Amino acid sequence: MTDIQYLAPRTLDEAVKAFAAAAGAGRILAGGTDLLVQMRNGTVRPGVIVDIKKIAEVTSIEEIAGGGFRIGAAVSGAALREHPKLRKIWPGVVEAANLIGSTQIQGRATAGGNLCNGSPAGDSVPALVAAGAVVIIQGPKGRREVAVEKVPAGPGRLNLTAGEIVVGFTLPPRPKGSSDAYLRMIPRTEMDIAVVGCGVSLTLDNGTCTAARVGLGAVAPTVLLVEEAARALIGSKLDAAALEKAAVACSAACRPIDDKRGTIAYRTKVAGVLLKRTAAIAAERAGRK
Amino acid sequence: MSTETANDNKWIGKNTIRPDGADKVTGRAAYAADTTMPGMIWGKILRSPHPHARIRSIDTRKAEAYPGVKAVVTAKDIVNFPLDKSVMLGIQDMRWMCRNVMAREKALFAGHPVAAVAATTEKIAAEACKLIEVDYEVLPFVIDVEEAMKPDAPILHDFIQFDGKPSNIAGKLEHKLGDIEAGFAKADVVIERTFRTKPVHQGYIEPHACLVSVSDGKATIWSSSQGQFMVRAMCAYLTGTPQNDIRAIPAEIGGGFGGKTIVYLEPVALLLAKKSGRPVKMIMTRGEVFHASGPTSGSFSKVKIGATKDGKVVAAQGTYCLQAGALPGSPIRGAAGCSFAPYDIPNVLSVGYDVVSNRSKVAAYRAPGAPIGAYAVECVMDELAEALKIDPLQFRLKNAAKQGTKAAHGPVYPRIGFVETIESALKHPHYKTPVPKPKNGLLHGRGVASGFWFNAGGESSAQVNIAEDGTVVVITGHPDIGGSRASTANITAEILGIDYKKVSVLIGDTSVIGFSNLTGGSRVTYASAMVVTQSTEQVITQLRERAAKIWKIDPDAVVWENGEARPAGDNAGKFEPLTLAQIAAQASATGGPIGAGKQLNTVGAEGGFATHVCDVEVDPGLGIVRVLRYTSFQDVGRAIHPGYVEGQMQGGVAQGIGWALSEEYIYDKSGKLDNPSFLDYRMPVSSDLPMLDSVIIEVPNPKHPQGVRGVGEVPLVPPMAAVANAIYNALGRRLYSLPMSPPKVLAAMDQAAE
Repeated sequence: MTDIQYLAPRTLDEAVKAFAAAAGAGRILAGGTDLLVQMRNGTVRPGVIVDIKKIAEVTSIEEIAGGGFRIGAAVSGAALREHPKLRKIWPGVVEAANLIGSTQIQGRATAGGNLCNGSPAGDSVPALVAAGAVVIIQGPKGRREVAVEKVPAGPGRLNLTAGEIVVGFTLPPRPKGSSDAYLRMIPRTEMDIAVVGCGVSLTLDNGTCTAARVGLGAVAPTVLLVEEAARALIGSKLDAAALEKAAVACSAACRPIDDKRGTIAYRTKVAGVLLKRTAAIAAERAGRK
Repeated sequence: MSTETANDNKWIGKNTIRPDGADKVTGRAAYAADTTMPGMIWGKILRSPHPHARIRSIDTRKAEAYPGVKAVVTAKDIVNFPLDKSVMLGIQDMRWMCRNVMAREKALFAGHPVAAVAATTEKIAAEACKLIEVDYEVLPFVIDVEEAMKPDAPILHDFIQFDGKPSNIAGKLEHKLGDIEAGFAKADVVIERTFRTKPVHQGYIEPHACLVSVSDGKATIWSSSQGQFMVRAMCAYLTGTPQNDIRAIPAEIGGGFGGKTIVYLEPVALLLAKKSGRPVKMIMTRGEVFHASGPTSGSFSKVKIGATKDGKVVAAQGTYCLQAGALPGSPIRGAAGCSFAPYDIPNVLSVGYDVVSNRSKVAAYRAPGAPIGAYAVECVMDELAEALKIDPLQFRLKNAAKQGTKAAHGPVYPRIGFVETIESALKHPHYKTPVPKPKNGLLHGRGVASGFWFNAGGESSAQVNIAEDGTVVVITGHPDIGGSRASTANITAEILGIDYKKVSVLIGDTSVIGFSNLTGGSRVTYASAMVVTQSTEQVITQLRERAAKIWKIDPDAVVWENGEARPAGDNAGKFEPLTLAQIAAQASATGGPIGAGKQLNTVGAEGGFATHVCDVEVDPGLGIVRVLRYTSFQDVGRAIHPGYVEGQMQGGVAQGIGWALSEEYIYDKSGKLDNPSFLDYRMPVSSDLPMLDSVIIEVPNPKHPQGVRGVGEVPLVPPMAAVANAIYNALGRRLYSLPMSPPKVLAAMDQAAE
């Protein structure tokens, strides 16, 4: 048995230094809603826990002109929901983060943790992929930025190098007539893990879709950006034929597994169904703007 | 909730405040895991990673030498009950129990205990478990019931033979009535179908836990169970301790539903405590509860029913193959006995097969076996009603069992209330409201189903004592999991004619109250009401005698009315009435303390019947089924505490909806349970369910002083078929296996479309 060292640095530099020094034995604590569960059931046994919640940049939401935002990795789902402007401009991102866990979990769970847990079924990730979010990463060699869909490498694995910490996300500025939505399929009404998750972000100009991004969760080893589905939507009036084409593209992009949560056939089919429903919600929201 | 009969009782039938309520909502209630003792150490169990393996040897030396370890136990320490001689305790055979609490010759499921360690901390105990070296000879395994019945299946037990050959079929039970072939020959319509169900767990929120202290050879056990006397007897058998040297103290229980009618930890903790000389505490994790405690059986069933054109069922045949788990004892009696019991059918053949396989041994779960049988029968009844173009409730009414009906499982029914449940459903606003048309792409459907459970009587003891100030303390001997304390208070207060708040009801441990059988079989309110009634009546006799003594008149000239002794007959009006408090104040002068006890083996618990109506909404894109409206109609005999009765009805339906739609044990390729947590073992959460409406119907049981029939188990019998029939009504397509999960519903719809 070994003791666990708990650190709560005030600056990112200290955090990176401590995390890098801990090497493989270190774990980042944001909300802890995955880490503590994993420690309890024995799947991880960290030697050092680096709590990043005391670092200002990591726990704040900042507005960028034109509808963009910079969201700290350790901002809780509840804090996202309570930000009136963020909720209005990025309702899909907020609703996805707010599907994670119960009300109690919402006070702790973070989008940064959701991404770094590396689960293909994380709810906030497909919405962030659809939103075109850029991840801010800081490590021993400095700061870099990368598209959110490039971060997951496989179940439980990330494209981060030793000592790198996810600092936050940048949501891009967006034109008038834009909105987003996220839907997931779970057998229960809550307290469950996505069998399929779908995020759609789009821009409408006079009823014509001028920009779109589609993120799919729980249908492949990582969350997918489905460009083919987006192409089917762009330029259309989101008519039945365009939606059907996008749905087919989503199903075609799926590389799921059969497991206790769903079958290959089921996930493949439902990805298409959810695309149509999610796109309809995003379009309805965009039309109101 | 509504109740169909009124009564003018003062307390019986009233929703008095439950005595355990405040402690439970404020967190003060003491459950098994809340007990601690000075010097206490922790026990942990090492479990088999293999679903089937011969145990060649176990080397515990390294674990014993590990700092902090105080004792290690293996099967060597448990009393061995030889395989050739059955020793029964209730429905449990000690041959199987001794092998279930600790693997002996073989590990029979992944999670089967093979050794236990007690150490100064939980962590040290867990670390020491890893140091135990078990030499396994890994064997082929079989999980599924149909696979286990195949001729080339791996055999779990060499000593089990069927048809003269080694087999996994450990038992067969058959109920016969009339001539089944002749019956089918008379039928105009015959429908035969095959059904499959998965093992489902009771899902009690409180995991198994105990604390055991042994001093001078005498053991004290604090544990969560459905019977402290069961705990005492099983521990006595398994550890070789006389029963008088074991005191089993029941903790407040956080749910059982049948799953706590056997022991897992207590005998192991007792042996660890004996060896170490220290009190030993053991608490299962949720994972351990799922891996190693008993769910109910998965099943494979075939049901064939024949009816004449005018809607009379003339023959019914059922074959129910139930997974027992690693050791024999699946609830085939409930499946084969209850499935056709609601109906008056002249020709019946109902057969159950008890099949062992490499998963945890099943334990009782609310009306054990009956829901599995009813699911199959009630779905076929629905198909028959449709084929005959008769309303499904009218079809059931036409064939309903009544007083005088001979049931295939044995009895000729006395007055029963099955017909009343159907009639009540037929006239209820729920059934009269049209099923909604498809809306927003969602499909709607309605299904009905009925069900029966035997109910039980058995041994119960009670003591009713009058305190010096005239208040009343009642002690009974079975853990209260469904409201028995509140019901007992209502009955005692009613008979004595006093405020129910003056009656305190406690559950006695094994050293303070006489033997009382398990809390199970829907027996406790029924049986404890009988012994409490008789005890209270004896107390009233004493009270009349004391008043007679004070007044110096004959006891026969004293009546007990409205909580007072009153002079009667020639003496009427000659003396001021004496209250309970006044008589109690003079108890010492008039003959000593006032109190009485009664111990009985109760009989006359007649069966319970229910009819359920269920409305569902199906999302055809995702295959998700939601229950939108649900009403259960049940003959409860007499509802002593209607709030608790309603709770039982709602609870059973909630569990049934989970069984129907989302709950299942899923095994991986290595034979290990793949979903041992509430995340992936999907019990419904509250937002999954609508308000579950209940209609309490009271057709009093003539054999009971208050008319009580068992209530707690019937509510889980009809729901799976009610939901299945509703899904058919919505989709026009039948599903023949549980759970009716979204992938299955979508697959069924795709097949229909092709």
